[in-house]
Amino acid sequence: MNMIIGGLLFVVGVAVTIGSLAARGDVIVIAYGAIVVGAAQFLIGLFQASKGQAVGEGGLKRRLLLLAPFAVAMIVLVGIFVAPLSWEEERPIESAMIGQSVPDFDLPPGLPGRAGLASASLRRGEPHVVNIFASWCIPCRIEAPQLDMLKRRGIPIDGIAVRDRPQDLAQFLAAYGDPFRTIGADTDRRVQIALGSAGVPETFVIDGRGIIRHQHIGPIMDADLAEIVAAYEAARR
Amino acid sequence: MRLLLAALMLAFAAPALADSLLPPAEYADRQLADPAKEAEARALMDEIRCLVCQGEAVADSPAEMAGDMRALIRTRIQAGESPDQVRQWLISRYGPWVTYDPPFGAATALLWLAPLLLVLFGLFLARGRFKRRTRA
Repeated sequence: MNMIIGGLLFVVGVAVTIGSLAARGDVIVIAYGAIVVGAAQFLIGLFQASKGQAVGEGGLKRRLLLLAPFAVAMIVLVGIFVAPLSWEEERPIESAMIGQSVPDFDLPPGLPGRAGLASASLRRGEPHVVNIFASWCIPCRIEAPQLDMLKRRGIPIDGIAVRDRPQDLAQFLAAYGDPFRTIGADTDRRVQIALGSAGVPETFVIDGRGIIRHQHIGPIMDADLAEIVAAYEAARR
Repeated sequence: MRLLLAALMLAFAAPALADSLLPPAEYADRQLADPAKEAEARALMDEIRCLVCQGEAVADSPAEMAGDMRALIRTRIQAGESPDQVRQWLISRYGPWVTYDPPFGAATALLWLAPLLLVLFGLFLARGRFKRRTRA
């Protein structure tokens, strides 16, 4: 009995794994569970068979004993299904570009009369704080006072405006303050993706040689200021 | 009257969407002219994870960022890059997590080899069983 269930689960697990390798990674977790549980069932069944036991023989106690591993297996399987539901939420995606040289780009100004942002200017010996933001991004409003505080500490901030229009940008800066030395317009989000940034706002600290040293995901809160300043000071050395 | 006003205000309220006011990227939902390249791009889109919706592939997601990534995949493939080059480029940005088809590496070795190892183990066990039976 155990061997049959185990064998079936195992075969299903292997089949799902092979199928899902070509499709979705998340299914693999479930398939893994089935394989592990199936293999365990198979081994238990084998062990019992080798001792000459079989379902149907013996009393209630032995039957319950035979069912126990299956019950445990079911609980494990349900756990494997349910647990990822809570994992999947809000997982910050770190850039794999930290420690790498900033990719080449040359963004036109986001507003007429302002300076745009090119990667060449990030390699001229001075560290940079590059803030990726957008006028349509609500959390970007939250970090405006903190950006202003950085600016008043003498840390210049270079902006990359993602998918923005000049008129919206002008309104946003008028309403929430304008701490930016330069504003590059990343209209098709190509530079944001090239930097390994998955959302707005995000802030990168880049050293004088153009190496990305630090990434801050989400709005900069008061508590994050020290971390940004420290990364900037470290990038100076 | 007040109710009507409230309903009107709700009807015209701007939804707090995390999307920009710009139109979607040109190749977000437009197919490439070359059907072979479009098929390559489509296959890759099915394997790249949407960054803002995490459980979905870029091909299935209505999110604006997913559209931008579809456009990026299509433009790069149209420019002559292979799907694998584009995949590697994205992995170098977001890590192996970004693809649903994880490359073979130290972290994924078990994932790829487990079925094979378990089948071999099963065959080994079965062989022992059959041997004993023929002897008896």
